[in-house]
Amino acid sequence: MSFVYEKLFGDKKGLIGFCILAALILVVFPVMLDSFRLNLVGKYLTYAFAAVSLVLLWGYGGTLSLGQGIFFGIGGYAMAMFLKLEASSPENTAIQSTPGIPDFMDWNQITELPTFWIPFHSFTLTLIAILVVPTIFAYIIGAAMFKRRVGGVYFAIITQVISVILTVLIVGQQGLTGGINGITDLRTLNGWDITSDSAKNLFYFINCFLLLAVIIASRFILTSKFGRLLLAMRDKEDRVRFSGYDVANFKIFIFCFAAMISAIGGAMFTLQVGFMSPSFVGIVPSIEMVIFAAIGGRMSLIGAVYGTLLINFGKTAFSESFPELWLFLMGGLFIAVVMFFPNGLAGLWEDYGHHITKRFGFINKFFDKSENTADSVELEGSNS
Amino acid sequence: MGGYSYDELGAIFAMQGFAGISLFSVLLLMALGLAIIFGQMGVINMAHGEFMAAGAYTTYLISSLTETYIPAFMPYYFVFSIAAAFLVAGTLGYLAEFILIRHLYKRPLDTLLATWGLSLIMQQSYRSIFGAREVSPTLPDWLMGAYPATDMIDIPINGMFVLGLTIFTTLAVFYLMFKSSWGLRVRATTQNRVMAGAVGINTKKIDRYTFALGCGIAGMAGAAFTTIASTGPTTGTLYIVDTFMVVVFGGAASLFGTIASAFSIAQAQSILEFFISGSMAKVFTLLTLVIILMFKPEGLFASKVRR
Amino acid sequence: MNMSTNTDFTLAIEDLTVSFDGFKAVDSLNFYLDRNELHVVIGPNGAGKTTVLDLICGKTKSTSGSIKFLNKELTNLSEHEIVRAGVGRKFQTPSIYENLSVMENLEISYPKGRGVFGSLMFKHDAVVRDKIMEVAKQIMLEKSLHTEAGLLSHGQKQWLEIGMLLIQDPQLLMLDEPVAGMSVKEREQTAELLNKISAGRSVLVIEHDMEFVARIAHKVTVLHQGKILAAGEMKDVQKDPKVIEVYLGH
Repeated sequence: MSFVYEKLFGDKKGLIGFCILAALILVVFPVMLDSFRLNLVGKYLTYAFAAVSLVLLWGYGGTLSLGQGIFFGIGGYAMAMFLKLEASSPENTAIQSTPGIPDFMDWNQITELPTFWIPFHSFTLTLIAILVVPTIFAYIIGAAMFKRRVGGVYFAIITQVISVILTVLIVGQQGLTGGINGITDLRTLNGWDITSDSAKNLFYFINCFLLLAVIIASRFILTSKFGRLLLAMRDKEDRVRFSGYDVANFKIFIFCFAAMISAIGGAMFTLQVGFMSPSFVGIVPSIEMVIFAAIGGRMSLIGAVYGTLLINFGKTAFSESFPELWLFLMGGLFIAVVMFFPNGLAGLWEDYGHHITKRFGFINKFFDKSENTADSVELEGSNS
Repeated sequence: MGGYSYDELGAIFAMQGFAGISLFSVLLLMALGLAIIFGQMGVINMAHGEFMAAGAYTTYLISSLTETYIPAFMPYYFVFSIAAAFLVAGTLGYLAEFILIRHLYKRPLDTLLATWGLSLIMQQSYRSIFGAREVSPTLPDWLMGAYPATDMIDIPINGMFVLGLTIFTTLAVFYLMFKSSWGLRVRATTQNRVMAGAVGINTKKIDRYTFALGCGIAGMAGAAFTTIASTGPTTGTLYIVDTFMVVVFGGAASLFGTIASAFSIAQAQSILEFFISGSMAKVFTLLTLVIILMFKPEGLFASKVRR
Repeated sequence: MNMSTNTDFTLAIEDLTVSFDGFKAVDSLNFYLDRNELHVVIGPNGAGKTTVLDLICGKTKSTSGSIKFLNKELTNLSEHEIVRAGVGRKFQTPSIYENLSVMENLEISYPKGRGVFGSLMFKHDAVVRDKIMEVAKQIMLEKSLHTEAGLLSHGQKQWLEIGMLLIQDPQLLMLDEPVAGMSVKEREQTAELLNKISAGRSVLVIEHDMEFVARIAHKVTVLHQGKILAAGEMKDVQKDPKVIEVYLGH
């Protein structure tokens, strides 16, 4: 029993941090927020999948991917393709010159459904594709790079270029992908209206449970010998190699896992937001995912979720009132997080948290602590 | 390529080739700066494109001022604006190194994020100062037009001018890095920082001026850029990925490699654009590069080093 | 291809050459190591000592020649395959995981759960614990099991790295300057440790400290400019005029 418990939550503090996060997203948000805002939080939480993946890959593995948008996008597009095909039934598209294919294909004079779209008629195949396609794609990239001992800055650049290629390809092949507008007008899932409030609420909870499950799975990886090897590789790769480990295989695995969970986030994004477009694939979203993880604390799984929420709340608040200031602030955050608080919120709480609680007494304890304790706990858990 | 005769194909290649020369020049100048900085301190400068934009905006500013106050000077201002672009971008680079980069040596991934933050701030500054719309300087008459070499092939004059500028800069960089005593000190610092410090080289100063030089060359690329396209706040971002690929593909330490790689990437892009759409040409070029780099990660012209 | 024959030696290096852009760091080297033998390689700086270890453990690829370990050709194996074949190597500067505890350092080096899925399912059970305790006692760190490795003294770090090799029970142990930076007392303890652990396996040591070499070495090889200058027992090698020339001549 205690074995399972340690594997999944780290230690007692890890469990508390996890429970606080679960309570926040499963109880506090749904009670406090209206349906529109809750859906917005749900959207932010889909980015948290990618942020958590970067904690594993970058924080622990030392490998920075500037291409998590690729996998988020593949997951999102796979789901969008399924929903689009359902929305494009011959009855719904009777006015098109070729009924039964997505509207944007018809606009681009395409008369037959392209082969790679056909599997997305099936919901089962779509779910499999969401998990398998990004994993295979990551395996190919990872095997090519890590087996040749390419890493660091070089890996970051190559993943960034691949995300650029994918974006340009999607935008350029309008007839096959919906182009710059993406895949829109998604309404039903197996006949069930996904734009209704009840559906959105349900997706929100499914999203939360998946995210919590991903955190538990990641915690399992980090508390196993694999997790300690990741840290060891980050600091002394040669020593690990000369202890008889094939370092590349470990990196490939964690890259594939990171790709898979990012794709789950992407699929949940499409379900909750109702469309998918190339603007969630390219350079900018990919690097923003990195800053979510960095702000939360690159070594903290739970911190990554708070980091994602915080930045996106900020972005929404600012772009409504001072859109100009937001980019300055965002740029400043990138600089500040690497120069002044490399361990993010989790590290800040670790260093200064007890001062704050002392100075401001119980009021602050009530508000801030619920979020920040989780971070510090997480960090401690990771160091042990 | 079915429908074209050999003559037409030849003319298409020549025309697109000349068009590609402008792109080649911009990419090469950008890549030179990026490679110098990367080679010297292992820093990937994500804001490099914004330093290019700084040079382009400087050129625009000087053009507008000249047009308003001393119109008679219009034919000559462009030459001065190249120098000004170099100085402005170089000074900004100097400041960036002093405030930001020098604290982050030996943390290449962190510099990558910090310089991305810098690029966001610079982009927003351009938007606040010059507006979101793209701007272009009024180019002097002698830069416009084309020289008709045959009845099918026109050689654009601005392309030739930019090429001349690029050749001049490349030679100057070559001289500076490999023939001057300053270059010797830079190379000494690159190879063994501790030892260079021990023999009395001020390595911090070397770093700062190297970074400033790299950014200054990006500024010149920006001045050259104004002759082929208009400048907007996000112009730099469009070129940064291509520039990375030029540097990586050429093998970061090799000047010849950088030139060869800038040339092949620019020409491939430019010639392909004629036959397939611009976006597919870009996909094709980048994808080819990524696949080659997966098999040969050290780039095409990397020097062999005993490790 | 070099067609070398099988031998009774633990390690048989034949005609081994490596060149970096024309410079031969190791030049047609022949070298044999017996079971239970503790062999020390000495030589001036740049003689190619560390390069030889790099070649054996696969860090550097040879230009030509053969390295046979228990009659298994190593030159075309990758690093982790060489380790799994039974070759352990300590680096010149102690290479340990500073942020992990002594226990975790040893646990990571424990030769089970070396695959991706094996490491996910690896259990720290009684067998593992006993083995870690046994090795920790051997390297005199049994009281520091929960200390962060970065806080150990320089000498203790050297021992820890030796321990990380011992836990894998290698047939060939290669140590690059194991007593560098150690106090006199620590040197004595290390000499004792090396004499103990050379039983049942072969040990190849690179060392500069002649007094220490005299105390531990069964045989000594002097390397100079990538070639063997002299080999044999320490007392004979010390008298060899060529060796004296190399060490004192200039």
